Amino acid sequence: MISQFFVLSQRGDHIVFRDYRGEVPKGSAEIFFRKVKFWNDDEAEEAPPVFNVDGVNYIHVKVAGLFFVVTTMVNVSPSLLLELLQRIARVTKDYLGVLNEDSLRKNFILVYELLDEVIDFGYPQTTSTEVLKSYIFNEPIMVDAGRLPPLGPAAMFMQGTKRMPGTAVTKSVVATEPGGKKREEIFVDIIERISVTFSSSGYILTSEIDGTIQMKSYLTGNPEIRLALNEDLSIGRTGSSYDYRSSSGGGTVILDDCNFHESVHLDSFDIDRTLTLIPPDGEFPVMNYRMTQEFKPPFRVTALIEEAGPSRAEVLLKIRADFSANATANTITVQMPVPSYTMRASFELEAGAVGQTTDFKEGSRRLEWNLKKIVGGSEHTLRAKLTFSQESHGNITKEAGPVNMNFTIPMYNASKLQVRYLQIAKKSKAYNPYRWVRYVTQANSYVARL
Amino acid sequence: MAPTVPSAAKSASPSQPSGKSEVADLKQQLRQLAGSRAPDADDQRRDVFKRVISCMTAGIDVSAAFGEMVLCSATSDVVTKKMCYLYVGAHARAHPDLALLTINFLQRDCRDQDPTIRGLALRSLCSLRVPNLVEYLVTPLTTGLKDPSAYVRMIAAVGAAKLYHISATACIDADLPASLKALMLSDPDAQVVANCLHALQEIWTLEAANSEAAAREIETLYSKPVVFYLLNKIKEFSEWAQCIVLELASKFLPSDNNEIFDIMNLLEDRLQHANGAVVLATIKVFLHLTMSMTDVHQQVYERIKAPLLTLVGAGSPEQSYSVLCHLHLLVMRAPMLFSSDYKSFYCQFSDPSYVKKLKLEMLTAIANESNTYEIVTELCEYAGNVDVPIARESIRAVGKIALQQYDVNAIVDRLLQFLEMDKDYVTAETLVLVKDLLRKYPQWSHDCIAVVGNISSKNIQEPKGKAALIWMLGEYSQDMHDAPYILESLVENWDEEHSPEVRLHLLTAVMKCFFKRPPETQKALGATLAAGLSDTHQDVHDRALFYYRLLQYNPNVAERVVNPPKQAVSVFADTQSSEIKDRIFDEFNSLSVVYQKPSYMFTDKEHRGPFEYSEDLTSLTVGAEDPENVISAQRYQENDNDLLLSTSDKEDNGTRASNGSSTSTYNAPSDLISPSLIGSQTPAETSLINTGGPTHSSQSNFSLDDLLGLGVTEAPAPPPPALTLNSKPVLDPGTFQRKWGQLALALSQECSLSPQGAAALMNPQSLIRHMQSNYIQCIASGGQPPNYKFFFYAQKDGATAFFLVECIVNTASAKAQLKIKADDGAAVEAFSTLFQSALSKFGLS
Repeated sequence: MISQFFVLSQRGDHIVFRDYRGEVPKGSAEIFFRKVKFWNDDEAEEAPPVFNVDGVNYIHVKVAGLFFVVTTMVNVSPSLLLELLQRIARVTKDYLGVLNEDSLRKNFILVYELLDEVIDFGYPQTTSTEVLKSYIFNEPIMVDAGRLPPLGPAAMFMQGTKRMPGTAVTKSVVATEPGGKKREEIFVDIIERISVTFSSSGYILTSEIDGTIQMKSYLTGNPEIRLALNEDLSIGRTGSSYDYRSSSGGGTVILDDCNFHESVHLDSFDIDRTLTLIPPDGEFPVMNYRMTQEFKPPFRVTALIEEAGPSRAEVLLKIRADFSANATANTITVQMPVPSYTMRASFELEAGAVGQTTDFKEGSRRLEWNLKKIVGGSEHTLRAKLTFSQESHGNITKEAGPVNMNFTIPMYNASKLQVRYLQIAKKSKAYNPYRWVRYVTQANSYVARL
Repeated sequence: MAPTVPSAAKSASPSQPSGKSEVADLKQQLRQLAGSRAPDADDQRRDVFKRVISCMTAGIDVSAAFGEMVLCSATSDVVTKKMCYLYVGAHARAHPDLALLTINFLQRDCRDQDPTIRGLALRSLCSLRVPNLVEYLVTPLTTGLKDPSAYVRMIAAVGAAKLYHISATACIDADLPASLKALMLSDPDAQVVANCLHALQEIWTLEAANSEAAAREIETLYSKPVVFYLLNKIKEFSEWAQCIVLELASKFLPSDNNEIFDIMNLLEDRLQHANGAVVLATIKVFLHLTMSMTDVHQQVYERIKAPLLTLVGAGSPEQSYSVLCHLHLLVMRAPMLFSSDYKSFYCQFSDPSYVKKLKLEMLTAIANESNTYEIVTELCEYAGNVDVPIARESIRAVGKIALQQYDVNAIVDRLLQFLEMDKDYVTAETLVLVKDLLRKYPQWSHDCIAVVGNISSKNIQEPKGKAALIWMLGEYSQDMHDAPYILESLVENWDEEHSPEVRLHLLTAVMKCFFKRPPETQKALGATLAAGLSDTHQDVHDRALFYYRLLQYNPNVAERVVNPPKQAVSVFADTQSSEIKDRIFDEFNSLSVVYQKPSYMFTDKEHRGPFEYSEDLTSLTVGAEDPENVISAQRYQENDNDLLLSTSDKEDNGTRASNGSSTSTYNAPSDLISPSLIGSQTPAETSLINTGGPTHSSQSNFSLDDLLGLGVTEAPAPPPPALTLNSKPVLDPGTFQRKWGQLALALSQECSLSPQGAAALMNPQSLIRHMQSNYIQCIASGGQPPNYKFFFYAQKDGATAFFLVECIVNTASAKAQLKIKADDGAAVEAFSTLFQSALSKFGLS
């Protein structure tokens, strides 16, 4: 039973505020915001998504820099509310095309309209974009997608956030396009977030892929879709986990586990690895999967720190892109914490470096190296000279690192999970909608220890 | 045409200065628009309404415009209508008279041809929350429940719950619950069914406080026909509605194993759902259904591991967190089952600190012979982390693993390496751990002391670390060459030491050192006592005075007090009682799991949700004084604060007892030992602790095994007790309550019911009657399936002494928790045996 729902901006302004049961005392949004801002001032910890202040439970998610919050007085399921909040954000995005503070402010009446149908007296009703369509009367007011690149397979995922990239499809599911005609198209995105930890000797300590097959359909008439995955895909590992090193090599994709969207029929999945579904409107995950089978990490990271005199040290960072030259990684960031008594750092980029920047973050004592893009097969190095405020004592490798790397590689996936084909039930011979199948890999936790 | 609304009356409500002029402006515009027939009036109205809602959202008080809004409300534009409804719903309560004006057009809209308009109007009508408008609600609601459109019926079902909150009598008098129930079991639309279920749960739960009939109705919701009817339709429901049906199913008490397996087979594919809430709700059903089948229960754990881990990886960090909290609960209950999955709990760079903390706790719990090396290696990596709180937690985790491990050797080495890292917080945390380790493994003292001796106390700023170092200096002063001199230099800086904790430790450490190396310490001791006696902190002063007088009285006694022979601490006590842990487990898939607290600790009783087990006396039925009349349902109105059974009281007793033992077990000054650490010293004290927690789990395992073999009937019956009970004891509730408050807890125990008994316990009365036949009377009872709570009493035959029992029965697990208090402590054991034998026979005859 939800008492209130509200969306707050980063500065704490109310963007929408809906009270469903009138049982939470006034000022809850302010209480929430203060609590989140100053959760643990001295330790700089982040507020957990669920907390209780004076008997009121506050549950929130952060989406597009905004706080989506519900309050409740009852001991409800936290997962239900967190899933619901994410879903509300997604439905809103389906309607508005772009989800940000600007688009929400322009369309707040429409959001109220949605909220009225999504929750009644604190009980979740429907979150299906399709069902909602018949009860929503406001036309979305489009915000300028601005610098966003035009649609197309290659330009995608440029602005994806770290955890959950939004697809670059920024048009509303409901709004009619200027021409009055809707373009028939469907997007299938295979999004993988990879976590790898390298030991100081370059050995892979842990690796995991969390993947999602995400779909966004703009097809009219809800035709049935068949999505075929690798034929040799197998699910569930037998025996004890993590002894995969012996079983690797065969080229088959072995998922530890996966789950599916409600609309997916698995009737023929066991036979030919085909998913059948009638996609609902809007964006939704067809399938989530997890894989701990060994895979080839896209980057090799080498980091060295050596003393060079009494209060100096030299750092060498090297990254090698271990993927085909057809793919290019973009928005790469490499961070390396250095000893807390580091005063200055001077950098030396490789000769002819383009689109690379470096920085020494004094506050957090970190080296930062940004690269616009890295082409598959290439190698890049950075040297840095550190000056300390005191003589280093003991082992400086223990005081520095680990190196953490962030990147996005479009049209590449580490798991080798493939969509073999995407079949749309034909209504007529002439019916041939656009189909986009796109792959992207992102770093979730890509760490090299010193 | 100009409206004459008394707007002055509303100015009482404070509004922001900036908002005031804005509101006045809006009112002005609304007034102009009210009667306007201009062609663009609709568009203008839309714009003004939008501004009103915008002000409302920003928190500006726009209630002053209520009259104007109502006047403008006659419109056919749906978007404007919705804005108007939103506004009216938010402000009607403050303007009951003006709200009456809206009734007309809402009622008219309730009869509109378009079901969307009908639904909309009905929803808004019920949301007005104005008591004197109730008369206008009932008819549209009853019609709404029969509306041909599912959309309207679904809104009407929730509307019934809204009406109940405005006027319970109006809702009950119109017999709406009966209509809802009929609709729930017949409507073809799944959302209508779900909303009926929501509404019925809410209405009956609240109504149960003053109506027996409602309490019975709740029980019918958990009955087989209802649960199976809904479960069979599970795939028709939206994912959110599936969650509530699953929650209902988790409270269902199956009558045999076939039913259990039917349900589990039916729900198996729900574990593959992409929605974490559905998966967790399903897991709850599985866990609760299999409570009485140990091996199946364990299979469930194995089965749910992979889906849970996948959910942790998918979705936003917030979603992962909630799932991880539940995984944490399961890991803590059965760490062995997760010991091979340890790599899943390694911290990732991107994890927020609240996630990392949970993972560290899980890693600590699952460490065993096979994985300790890897886990500790990983934890040591975090110790140098830039994230200081996590680094601290990691060091603590290493220490905890060392305390629970067999091969401490390697871990001690690592801890000692931490000390070489020369980081303030690392050193401080490590010292605290080394201290605890030495208390458990005194044999390591030589290795540790060698390293600790090299640490300069000047480099340690944190009081906890400093106190630990001082403790070691005192305790091992005979092995640490410099100990007296280090202590002496610390005493010299007495005035600069801000932490009273450190000063207390210093006092004690110097005393200890004195008895071990008197000539070297004598000077320091004098200085310490002098400094302590003039200390402004009361505790420091008192302890110094105590030591001083003790030394004056008899140095030998003083030595025995300060330096008694010590035994190693074998077990450090768990901070949370197993009762609380079980309660949290019962509340799986709720906020309790995230907070790691049972719901009574953070919610009001009226907000515990439809399914929560009632903890309050007000909901318990209390028998009259006359024991013959126990079954008569006489309500016992009781103040919440009167603590017949407030759980906090029980907890207090519990912690008090353990605190007491912690001070007495370890003969060092009490503050040396943090309250969470209980060392068992002597057999007597061990048994004292055992009555509380540690034996609990083994006992429950035992009872589970018993159940599994269904061997309860064959199990050897306890020997006939010598105690006989008075067949007709008389005790009035007031006296009972007083006694319960006064008497100390004599015995706390868990025992099991026969499966037949658990199944037969459909309502409290059956057990009450059964116990009565054994001369044990019930004075109060209550609860909902599967949890019942009883207060029994009995009297020793031919004596005045009473036995009082609090008995919490969980029919799902067929377990009962007993708390016995007695006037005559000597007979408690015998009474407990008698009571348990009576309880175990329940349902067998």
